[in-house]
Parts: sequence; structure tokens; C-alpha cells
Amino acid sequence: MNTTLDILASASLWAAVLRIATPLIFGVLGALICERAGVLNLGIEGIMTMGAMSGWLTVYWGGSLWFGLLAAALSGMAFGWLHAKLTVSLGLSQHVTGLGITLLAASLSYYLYRMWVQVGDLPPTITPFEPIRFPVLSDLPFLGEALFAQTAPTYLALAFVALTAWILARTPLGLAVRMAGENPHAVDAQGLNPLAIRTGAVMAGSALMAVGGAFLTMAAFNSFFPTMVQGRGWICIALVVFASWQPGKALIGALLFALFDAFQLRLQTAIPGAPYQLFLMAPYVLSILALVLVARRARVPEALMQPYRRGER
Amino acid sequence: MTGPVLELNRITKRFGALVANDDVSFQLGQGEILALLGENGAGKTTLMNIIFGHYTADSGEVRVNGRLLSPGQPRAAIAAGVGMVHQHFTLAGNLTVLENIIIGSEPLLRPDSRRHEADAKIRNLSRTFGLPVDPAARVGDLSVGERQRVEILKALYRDSRILILDEPTAVLARPEAEQLFKTLKGMTANGLSIIFISHKLHEVMAASSRVVVLRGGRVVAERATQTTSAAELAEVMVGRSVKRPTREPHASGRPVIAASDLCVSQAHGAGLDGATFEVREGEILGIVGVSGNGQAALGRVLSGVAHASAGELTFQGEDITRLSPRGLIRRGIGRIPEDRHAEGVIGDLAVWENAVLERLDSSVYSSWGFIRRTESRSFAAGLISRFDIRGATPATRTRQLSGGNMQKLILGRNLATAPKFILANQPTRGLDEGAIAAVHAELLAARSAGAAILLISEDLDEAVALSDRIQAIVKGRLSRPVVAGEADARMLGLMMAGVWEENHAV
Amino acid sequence: MQFERRADVSVTLLVVAPLAAIAVALLLCAGLIAAAGVSPITAYGEMLRGALGSRLSITETLTRAIPLIFTGLAAAVAFRARVWNIGGEGQFYIGALVTAGLGHSLFASLPAPIAISLLLAVSAICGALLLMAPVALRLRFGVDEVVVTLLMNFIVLLFVGLMVEGPLKDPMAFGWPQSVPVDPSLRLPRLVPRTRLHIGFLVALVAALTVWIVQARTVFGTEMRAAGLSPRAAAFAGIPLPRILMSVAFLSGGLAALAGSVEVLGPTGYVTTTMSPGFGYAGIVVAMLAALHPAGVVAAAIFIATVFVGADAMSRATGVPSFIADVIMSVSLLAMLTALLFTTYRIKR
Repeated sequence: MNTTLDILASASLWAAVLRIATPLIFGVLGALICERAGVLNLGIEGIMTMGAMSGWLTVYWGGSLWFGLLAAALSGMAFGWLHAKLTVSLGLSQHVTGLGITLLAASLSYYLYRMWVQVGDLPPTITPFEPIRFPVLSDLPFLGEALFAQTAPTYLALAFVALTAWILARTPLGLAVRMAGENPHAVDAQGLNPLAIRTGAVMAGSALMAVGGAFLTMAAFNSFFPTMVQGRGWICIALVVFASWQPGKALIGALLFALFDAFQLRLQTAIPGAPYQLFLMAPYVLSILALVLVARRARVPEALMQPYRRGER
Repeated sequence: MTGPVLELNRITKRFGALVANDDVSFQLGQGEILALLGENGAGKTTLMNIIFGHYTADSGEVRVNGRLLSPGQPRAAIAAGVGMVHQHFTLAGNLTVLENIIIGSEPLLRPDSRRHEADAKIRNLSRTFGLPVDPAARVGDLSVGERQRVEILKALYRDSRILILDEPTAVLARPEAEQLFKTLKGMTANGLSIIFISHKLHEVMAASSRVVVLRGGRVVAERATQTTSAAELAEVMVGRSVKRPTREPHASGRPVIAASDLCVSQAHGAGLDGATFEVREGEILGIVGVSGNGQAALGRVLSGVAHASAGELTFQGEDITRLSPRGLIRRGIGRIPEDRHAEGVIGDLAVWENAVLERLDSSVYSSWGFIRRTESRSFAAGLISRFDIRGATPATRTRQLSGGNMQKLILGRNLATAPKFILANQPTRGLDEGAIAAVHAELLAARSAGAAILLISEDLDEAVALSDRIQAIVKGRLSRPVVAGEADARMLGLMMAGVWEENHAV
Repeated sequence: MQFERRADVSVTLLVVAPLAAIAVALLLCAGLIAAAGVSPITAYGEMLRGALGSRLSITETLTRAIPLIFTGLAAAVAFRARVWNIGGEGQFYIGALVTAGLGHSLFASLPAPIAISLLLAVSAICGALLLMAPVALRLRFGVDEVVVTLLMNFIVLLFVGLMVEGPLKDPMAFGWPQSVPVDPSLRLPRLVPRTRLHIGFLVALVAALTVWIVQARTVFGTEMRAAGLSPRAAAFAGIPLPRILMSVAFLSGGLAALAGSVEVLGPTGYVTTTMSPGFGYAGIVVAMLAALHPAGVVAAAIFIATVFVGADAMSRATGVPSFIADVIMSVSLLAMLTALLFTTYRIKR
């Protein structure tokens, strides 16, 4: 018990929470946007991997960190476009196509990395994002370390939560996206193109996913290695259901999850006897539990997973 | 205002081998209410979809106020002032009335929706045209009538001058339907011109100023409503008279199946709220009512797909309330589902597989877990010849059958086992006259052979023609049964609206 | 672009589709190979030579195909009933772990044929249970089994690591942690002497044949197909969906676990956390290339094995990263999905 309180009281834990949550926030937002439009994007794991690789590689080749994030976003959009073409335009199974995209994006990123980068004993590194120093705020006693010593992408993630919430709830574009996920026939009947809207949403969502992956190689760590995404993509898919497809709840879900993850890391050092694998299992078990708890009550977008073909009812 | 507001010139549309619209031409004048009349499959909805831009015609043109309308783009139709109220509502249940109405009306890149203005405009339109709605309400919580109002407001919000309504009264009770037509007349006084699609003669006679009759994709007649009659329209609509078989009255026997105070809950729409009925040997009990009053729940509980939360269902003295579909099938209960495509057959299986699908576990068609293919195939062949299922061999993929032939297959696989009780749920929905006559003949034959049949039908004429006794279903409850011979249109209409004091008990 | 449903699905198209998909994949990946500065012709030539160029390499390829046949069958059986079993990887590892654990000493005293049969059976049951849990969650709570089975893969792998570094650790092995080995008497005999090809290949073929018979001829097979094609119509016809889906889960999970069990009893003899280079996921590709047909699964498994074995050899010979095999595989999957569309629909402009 003492250990628990000690851990919870440390500012470094909370700093870690924000850090761990950042790729999840991007991932959940990305998946959420796709699903609000009616498309399940199981390519997320591969897209995050590709984002991680392409962002890192851009910096390795001399680009700025922000340019790296942009490159990652573009690579995500490319795979999002592919996923949309197959599932929205052609109406292929969203499940299997998504898995195919994950396999493709991941394997392509490993292939390109191996082709273009010489790997010696240790993988090459880049200079990652540094924590930002705020004039007064970073010196505050507890909050300073916890809240105001994060890297730029973390603040970007938080900004995107607000932006996504605003766009979905208050703008005509957001309404169109939501309607495409609830009843694409209604979208068509009002003169808009539901296929184009779904495609655009999937591309935008995939861009965010890729940026989440890029955070791993450009802020959290500073090199790229295979299987570094470690199932975070799947966890994000579970978190979208947990968040009832709402950006605000998605943020809470990601933070809660990150809290648990950061906690168990510190618990490991505090309890030396237990095998570390048990602690590592926790995130995945938690995700499954979250899914079970929320499944019954979930208000799913009504047209999620249903391809839209004009003339077929 | 001279000249027609809407012109169709020589519209032709094919789907594969089927010609849905064949050289169709007519006009709509300013301030007119035009009725487009025809049976199922006559091509009415296709035509309206072409006007609105959901489909593109193979040849021909549409003109609005003399100007050519770009085909295949709902956006162009909306811009030209054409609004459509679809038969299957294009609404999103999880969104509000306001959101459903304004979608597509603002430029996509606008940073903030102008909700206050939209709200005001909606309330204004709502008042002017007598269509009360609450813009903040969630559409999923609204009744069917309210949802239709939202659909209409959608069109009015986009400043439509021409309104197309596709079977608008299919889901309305008589009083609501009358209200709707009053509203439509008010709209024409406000400058709108209206086309409504219907297959109900009394509506067409009461509400329209002109009628265009479609049959087999072609225009076969155009009349000013005042100068024609329901009888004439019926004849023109159906064309070559396919005589429907008539029911010979005969005595019915003991009750075969009975329900008392059955309650079934449903996620969407009305369930059953204490339904009581019995069906006797050799009789057809018809259940009539406006769609959405519990027919679906009744069908599901009698099929074994849903179970009653309260009340009792007995079959030949045995309590079958808890039985699964397989249990019902084993006891000799035949079921014809409401939706033959989604529930009745599996399109990608062969005809023979669908023929024995319900009885795979019986020793006739399986042995030691293996399917007896020869027996199954010959059973299917037997069905094909006995029930005149066209376009099929046992090996044909069932998807290739037409609706009527699919229904004959479903009917056949049930009747071949001489069931004691048959549930016939909307058995002729979407079928052409020939198929309808065939289905009716089979049901009457089963009745003569002593089967008890419960017929659920939205077609009042069909119910009256086939049933020995009739009960109306309203909000999940059943009226007292009425002998078919003693019921007239007025009484049935009242029963369907829930007014039950004036019935005769049997 | 308008879709018009075809009247009938021709068998020819179902055979042409995977061939077309593979051709497209090889063509697109040729570009990637060229980007690595190697001639695609040379590379593919090395690939063919490495996989099929000698007696030894052919046996290697067939050995590599064995687990793929099992995981391919697992995926095909499940997908046909619309049970999205993406947990083949985890089921593989459970089968392997249980086999190594029990086969080390516990079952070792029994005569070999009995012990091996028992090991296979117990492993299959463990894999079956592993899949039945997520399917039960779906039936009871409506939870999507895709995500659950995916997450479980990670959990199982961690569990295997835990066991291999702990209770089942081989004290005599140096280097990476590995499990205790299966008793030598229980190792599957070789089909071709001095190669790694073992009789597990025959077991796989028997499994494929069994699945084919069950699907095509039995009541259960038809009920499975009906449940996958139209759950509503199947339920209406009296088919007990929960029972059928759980049976499918049993079958599918069991088959995937057999992949792991046979892999331990055959070539490797013990378990490590890296013994599967993605057999579970590759099984899904195999199943799709086969259009979910058991006979096609065998052919597709051999194809994928060819690509992977060949890619290793090609990589050594030309320097093209061996990940090209994974790229070829995933492009084949996407191309196959697209091709399958054309077998059902005709495109009209």
C-alpha cells in the first residue's frame, strides 16, 4: 500500500502517463474518426509502424523533426487512401482488408528500413523531440514536472482532441462524417457523396495514427526496430469502443490506460520477485476487460462496417 | 406560370434483362397533386429515383421548369427545387432532428454550423405547413409519423418547389394519412407541386387531381381524377385479369394453436402487449393492421425466433412458449417468414439445400451426421414440379430465383410436410399478380386439407379475401375476432385505428 | 462505378483469382526489388532455386508449409462461419507449449503412437478452449472477437515467455531461453531421410481432407456455411447458432494449436518465443488465397512456404532484405480480396 501511494504521489509517474498516452491518443482519435464515418480501420497497427519508420527516416536523412511528423502523416494518409479504396469504393471486408493493410504497412516499413539504413551492433539513432521549457510553468512544484515538461507532440495530441471534438460536433464537415457513419443513404439523398466523405475521414484518421507511431521513434525512443508498436494499435481499437466513439472520453481512456501502464512499470521495480511478463500482460488484459464492460451499452455508429452501394438496400 | 413544372420525356431504364421503365413520359403542372399508381414492380420508385438523381436513365430526359436536369446527381435535383420523401426513411436515428435536416445544406468547409438560424427556419416551416417537430429531439426516439414529418421538412428546408413522396402512407394509420393529405393540399396552396406514389386506390381517388398509371414499366393511362373511378383504375392497373382464387366457406374444427396474453418486447418498434388469439383446424385467421403495430413481434414469437416474456402459447394442448425454431419445426409447425431474402432462404446455397435446411437433423435427410444428398435432391425436385417453381433445378443457386419462385420454394418446403399450423407472414409482399394468385391457391388448399393458418398481412384486400376470421393488431394488442363476411371496410378501418367497441364477438 | 451481381459464381474464376492475385503481387514487388538495386528476374530466380531447386530445398519448403496448412485450415474453417479468428498465433504457441510441457517427461513413458496422439489431442483442446473464450464473449456480450483474439496473441506470447524462462526452462540450453525438449522417443519420424520433412505433413493432409469432408458432406458443414452466409436465415431455419459457433471455434482453435504441436514434435523439439515467424497471420493469407477451400489451403500453404524459404535464400544471395516475403504475402492478400470481388460482381461504368 505504501508503495502504491508513493508511486502515485511522484510527479515522474504523471509525466510518464502523458508520455505513454500520447501515441494512444493519436491512435484512438484516428481510429475514432474512421469509425464515426462508418469504417473500421484495422490497418492501425501497420500504419503506426510505418509512421514510426517514415518519420524517423526523414529525420535520419536530415529533415527537421516537424518535417518528420509531416512525412509520417503523409505515409499514414497513403495507406488510409488504400484502405478506403478497397473497403469504401470496392466494399471489401473491412476486417480482412484492415489486417492486410497492417501486414503490408508493417512489412513494407521493415523492408525499406533494412534497405536504406545500415544497422550495426546497435540501431542508429536520431536526436528526438526535447521537452519544452515553459518560462514560469515548468518550475511549478508538482505540475511543473508532470504537466509542463512534455515534448511538443504531446501538446499537439491534446490540441487534436479538442479540434476533433469541435469538428465532429459543430461543423458541417463533422456532421457529414457522422451521418456517413449512421446512414450513408441520407448523405446521398442530401446531395453529398458518402464515398468521398468516408475516404476523406479514413485518410485523416490514418494520418493521425501514423503520427502516433512517429512519436515512438521521435520522442519516446530515438531509433526504429521491428515490432516496436507492440499491439498499441489493437489497444486503440479497444479504447474507441470504451470511449463510446467520443473524443473527450477517448482522452480519458488513453490517460487511464497510460496510468495503469506507467504504474505497473514502477511496480515492477518495487516488487522484484514477480516475473515481468505478468506486468506486461496487464495492458492487454485490461483492454479486453474494457471491451467486455462497455460492449452492451455501446452506441455504435449504425452504418459501421456496412459498405455503401447505391441502389442496393 | 405557364408550362409544366416537371416534365419526363421518354425515360427508359434497364437493370440487366429487366426493363424497369419503358419510354415513360408525363408532366406535372404547377400546383397539381399527381398520383403515380401501379402495382409492385411497375417501376414507380425507379422512376422517382431517376428524377431525384439516385439512378441515371439509359435514355430520355427530365426537365424542371423547362430546363434540363443533370442526371444522376441528387445535388442537381435539390438545386432545381426537387425534394424527395423516401419510402424507407433516410434518417439517422442517433442524430437530432435538426442535424438530420441541415445535413448537406451548408458548405462543408464552414468552421461553425449556423444552428440558431437553422432552428428558427425549421420552426417557421413547421408552423407554416402544420408539421410539428422538436428540432432538438433524437430521431431514434420519434414515432413513425413524426419521422415522416422530419423527412418532409428536410425537403422543405432546401426550398423544394416540387415534392415527390414514395408510398407516404405505407406506415401511417388512416387518421394520420388523412392528415398528411390535408397538409399536402395546404402545400399546393403555398405554391408547391406534388407527386405521390401509391398502390392504394382509395388514396389516389381522394387526394390527387391527376393520375398516371404505370404497368410493367410503361404508362398505360393518364386521367384527371374526377373523370375516373376506382374500378376503372384497378382494371387499368392490373391489366390482364389474373383471377385470384376465392375462399369457399366451410366449417372449422377444434383450436389447434392458442395464445393468451402474450407479451414480447422488441428493441425497435412495438412488441406484443397481451395478445390473445386462437386458430382452428381448417381456418385462416387474418391479422390486419398498420405496419409497426406488433406484426413483426407476433411473427417472431410464432417462428420461435423470439420468446414471450409473459403469457402462454399452446399447440395441440402442449405449451410451446419456450420452444426454439427447431422445436416448432419438429412438432409440425410451418413458418413463412416476413422477409424471404433475409430469413427465408440463403441465397448462396443451392435450391436443394434450402429445401431441406429446416430439417437437416431429421433422419430422412441425414444419417450419422452426413447429409443424404440423393434424398434431399429428389425432395427438391419434387417441390419444383409440384409447386411450379420456375427457373430452378435442385442445383441452382437460390439467389437466381425470382421473388415469386423463392416464395413458392419456401411455401413448398413447409406445405410438403402437411403441417398442422402455418404462420404466413406477409406471404405476398413484393410479388406480382401471378405469384400472388399461386400463393393464395396453395394457402386455400392447405386450409381445405385441415391446416390452421395465421395470416399476417398489410394488404387488407388479401386478408379479407383469404381469412375466415379477422383480428386487428394495434400497439401490440389484438381486437376481438370478426367473421370476415360481416366486416366491411369502415369497420376494419376503425378496428385498425384501435376503435373496438363496435365489433361483433364470435 | 456500378456493381452488378453476377448470376452464378464460376469455379474457373475461383481458381484464376488467386493466380492473378499472386501475379499482381510479384509484379508490384518486382519494383521494390529493383529499388534495392537488384534485378527482379535474378531475385525471383534465386527465390525459386532456393525453395524448389534441389531435393533438400523442396523438403524444406514442404516442412515450412506444414504449420501453414494447419493455421490456414484454422482460419478457413472459422472465416467460413464468419468467426474472425485472428488468434492463430496464440493458439499455435499454446499447442507448442502444452506439447513440450507434457511431452518432456509426463507422457514420455507411454508407447510413442499413444503418447503422440494424446499430445496432439490435448494440445488441440487447449487451442480450442483459447478460441472458445472470445467467441463466448461475443455470444454473451456482443464483443468483437477480432480485437480480443488479437490482444490474446500478445498475452499468450508473454505467457510462453514466462514459462520458458521459468518452470519449463531448459537448464542445459545456452543462449536464448528455450523450453525443455520433448522426449526424443516422441519426435515425429522423418518422411525423407536426412531432411527435416516429417510425417506431420501427412497429418496435415489428413486434416485438410477431414475438413473438406466435414464441410461438403456433413450436416455440421452445412450448418456452418449457413451460419456464415446468413445468420438470420440460419436461426430461422432452426440452426442453433451458439452451438454451431462454439463448435467452429473448437475446430478452428484446435487446428491452429496442432500447428504448434506438430512443429514441436517435428522439426524443433522445443519451444522458444520466436519459433513462429507469424504462422498465425500467414494462415489467414493462406485461407484467403484458397478462397476458404481446404484443397486450396494446401496449395496456398506451399506457395507461401515457397516465398518465405526462397526469400531467405534470395536474401543471402542478393542482399535484398528478406522482408520482401512478407510484402509479397500481404500484397497477395489484398490483391486476392480484390479478385474475389470480381468473382461475385461485374463492374459497369
